[in-house]
Amino acid sequence: MFHFIIQLSLVCISLSMLGLIYRVIKGPSVPDRVVALDAIGINLVAIIALVSILLRTNAFLEVILLIGILAFIGTVAFSKYIEKGVIIESDRDL
Amino acid sequence: MSLLHLAILSPLLLAIAIPLLYKYFRQIHTGWFVLPLPIVLFIYFLQYISLTREGSAMIKSIAWIPSLDINFSTKIDGLGLLFALLITGIGSLIVLYSIYYLSKDKEKLNTFYVYLLLFIGAMLGVVLSDNLIVLYAFWELTSFSSFLLIGYWHHREKSRYGAQKSMLITVFGGLAMLGGFLLLYIMTGTFSITEIISHSDQIFTHSLFVPALLCVLLGAFTKSAQFPFHIWLPDAMEAPTPVSAYLHSATMVKAGIYVVARFSPIFAEDSLWLSLVAGFGIVTMFWGAFSAVKQTDLKAILAFSTVSQLGMIMSLLGVGAAAIHFEEIDNSYFTVATTAAVFHLINHATFKGSLFMVVGIIDHETGTRDIRKLGGLISLMPISFTIALIGAFSMAGLPPFNGFLSKEMFFTGMLGVAEMNILNLDTWSALFPIIAWVGSIFTFVYSMIIVFKSFTGKYQPEKLDRKPHEAPFGMLIPPLVLAALVIIFGIFPNILSETLIAPAMMSILPGFSFDVHISFWHGPKPELFMTLGVAVIGTILYLTLAKWRGVYGLLPEKLALNRFYDEGLEKAQYGSFRLTSTYMNGFIHTYLVYIFTFFIVILGTTLFVKDALSIDTANVAPVRFYEVILALIVAVSAISILFAKSRLTSIILLGAVGYTVALLFVVFRAPDLALTQLVIETVSVALFLLCFYHLPEISRSEERIRFRMTNAVISIGIGAIVTLIALSAHSTKLFDSIAHYYVENTYEEAAGKNMVNVILVDFRGFDTMFEITVLGIAALGIFTMIKLRLARRKEG
Repeated sequence: MFHFIIQLSLVCISLSMLGLIYRVIKGPSVPDRVVALDAIGINLVAIIALVSILLRTNAFLEVILLIGILAFIGTVAFSKYIEKGVIIESDRDL
Repeated sequence: MSLLHLAILSPLLLAIAIPLLYKYFRQIHTGWFVLPLPIVLFIYFLQYISLTREGSAMIKSIAWIPSLDINFSTKIDGLGLLFALLITGIGSLIVLYSIYYLSKDKEKLNTFYVYLLLFIGAMLGVVLSDNLIVLYAFWELTSFSSFLLIGYWHHREKSRYGAQKSMLITVFGGLAMLGGFLLLYIMTGTFSITEIISHSDQIFTHSLFVPALLCVLLGAFTKSAQFPFHIWLPDAMEAPTPVSAYLHSATMVKAGIYVVARFSPIFAEDSLWLSLVAGFGIVTMFWGAFSAVKQTDLKAILAFSTVSQLGMIMSLLGVGAAAIHFEEIDNSYFTVATTAAVFHLINHATFKGSLFMVVGIIDHETGTRDIRKLGGLISLMPISFTIALIGAFSMAGLPPFNGFLSKEMFFTGMLGVAEMNILNLDTWSALFPIIAWVGSIFTFVYSMIIVFKSFTGKYQPEKLDRKPHEAPFGMLIPPLVLAALVIIFGIFPNILSETLIAPAMMSILPGFSFDVHISFWHGPKPELFMTLGVAVIGTILYLTLAKWRGVYGLLPEKLALNRFYDEGLEKAQYGSFRLTSTYMNGFIHTYLVYIFTFFIVILGTTLFVKDALSIDTANVAPVRFYEVILALIVAVSAISILFAKSRLTSIILLGAVGYTVALLFVVFRAPDLALTQLVIETVSVALFLLCFYHLPEISRSEERIRFRMTNAVISIGIGAIVTLIALSAHSTKLFDSIAHYYVENTYEEAAGKNMVNVILVDFRGFDTMFEITVLGIAALGIFTMIKLRLARRKEG
């Protein structure tokens, strides 16, 4: 039963990821894609957590944390890029 | 090191000292320092006559590369000694002549004598080596020093052209000969000529025998200017006259003759050798004589005459070698041909040397060598005239000079070909005496041209740059000596027969008995009437020369061999340029197409030819549902990149691929990989964005990747090949994995529980170290590129 629920959740999350991928590919504007990517990152966290339960291991907990950080940094960087055209502002004009 | 080795190397050693002698003794002509060496060597070699006349030989060897069977072994026997005496004897006379010929103040004597000494040493090495590789090394040294000597007046375009031409042709032949030598080594297992000769019966049936024969002959033919490789010799006449006299009449061009004579005991078992050597020789003899009559430059006449005489010696050697092939029939016919070859070799060296020197004197004293400008020099230069008369009559084959004797024997040999039908050529054999006879008529004609066109007739002082007078006495000594030898050998030929000719023949035809006796009077035999015919018809032809000269205009210019060479060279250059510029077009795209196509073809063929394609599903793990989904995501994103409309979409899709791969690492239980993959993917996506932003305006126009059929085919092919190889490799595991060692020992040996990390820093830490280095280099490289660009901008 427990096993089945985990599998079911995985399938659900996978399907939602497929939907998000569709949005990334299709997504008329760049912000649509960025938001879809951010959501993919969070879905990844969920998938990895479920897989860890399935594999009965805690080796992937660091990965979960890392994805959380990266998704945040990535989204912020993207947003900044879309807004200003640069990610790291420099005093020196290149 | 024996005295013989020292004798061979002494010219090379003296060559080192020449520049110093030239620099510190400017008031003395450098040639005087060179002159004693060939004289001493000549006297040194003379004492070996007592050794070789019994047919014995002396072999001395010093180790050079013993592990490869390459030793500097020298052998002095009849044939080698004959050539060594020619080289040193004529070398002495040439050096003496060059002292008077080359001006001390105007010419760079140091380079001249260095090249000349290099050549003397190389030539001695060629004729006295018993090791094939050493022989080849000296052979190439003769090619190089000849190249340097022909191009001695390197500021002249024609000298450079002649030097390049002779270099290309002789080195081409030399390399072919090296191939032949290596084949001989493969067949016999030794580089020693003496040993190869003693094994010659065994290699006769070897499959490499014919290729080796052809390669060695190619080397000999190019060096000895046989048809159609004779074209370099007339162009080599741009060299100073002493060089032409020495290299291109007496010594270097006889290196091919030497090789043919030396290798006759090995190859003459095969009738192919006989027909090729005799056939090419006789064609060269005729063609050289025929072309010589056309020339107007005295040196060009002599060059073609050299070609012709070399062809004559070559054909005699071919006929003479028949004695080895036909052991059952009477040998006397063939041995007489060999005798004639050796005898004419000596004769040619004497009269051709003297003729070249006389031509050099005429050139030196009148400023021209053109027979249309010369004439009537007989009263001004009587001694030169006498020498030229002796040389030319000997060349034409008139009594009482030595050329008469060898020409008679030449006819005897050629008649033997027709009579015995030895070459299995049926009717062709009958052509030999006819071609020989017609060639001799032309020889007679051009010999007369040399003497009478330049010394008799009308004196034309208005066409000459200088006022001609007799040459200085020192310049006349060498040709006088040679002319005296012409007469001495003509009247007393038997002083040579026992001392030089018989020992040389013992080397060419080992194990044969012959009686070398050159007699003046054969009795009323066909040879005598042939000579009479040559003289009569030759005289008529010479007197009516102006009427039939038009014959030479009949041969179309397009068929000339020189034109063939020139155009061939030009077309080869142009063609290779065209070829290179078609495939090296400078587009990386094209090169990638080559690389990938090669990849597909090679791997695909290997896969199918070696029958390596196997797909075995026994070891395959069960496929799980989420793995399929993840794979689908990767595939869909990857394919979508190809159809993305904007670059930004491509970058995001690439990121999606990377993150999904990280997820696959999670599913396949690789936490460290997943961690690293996530971070790296983020960083590289950021870098891609950076690149995208900095793209220049002009190419920012966002458009789809254009579809190209070849690209699609190649990329699908690569994908298919890699997939097939991966499947086949997975299906055929030859041995078990070594992973269990790590599983057992990670904690025991290395005190770690994370196996991946332990492998990275402990079991296989070397890889990690160098990957750190790679990252360091990349970082430094990026830093440098940005920094330097900034610095340049600031300057600008």
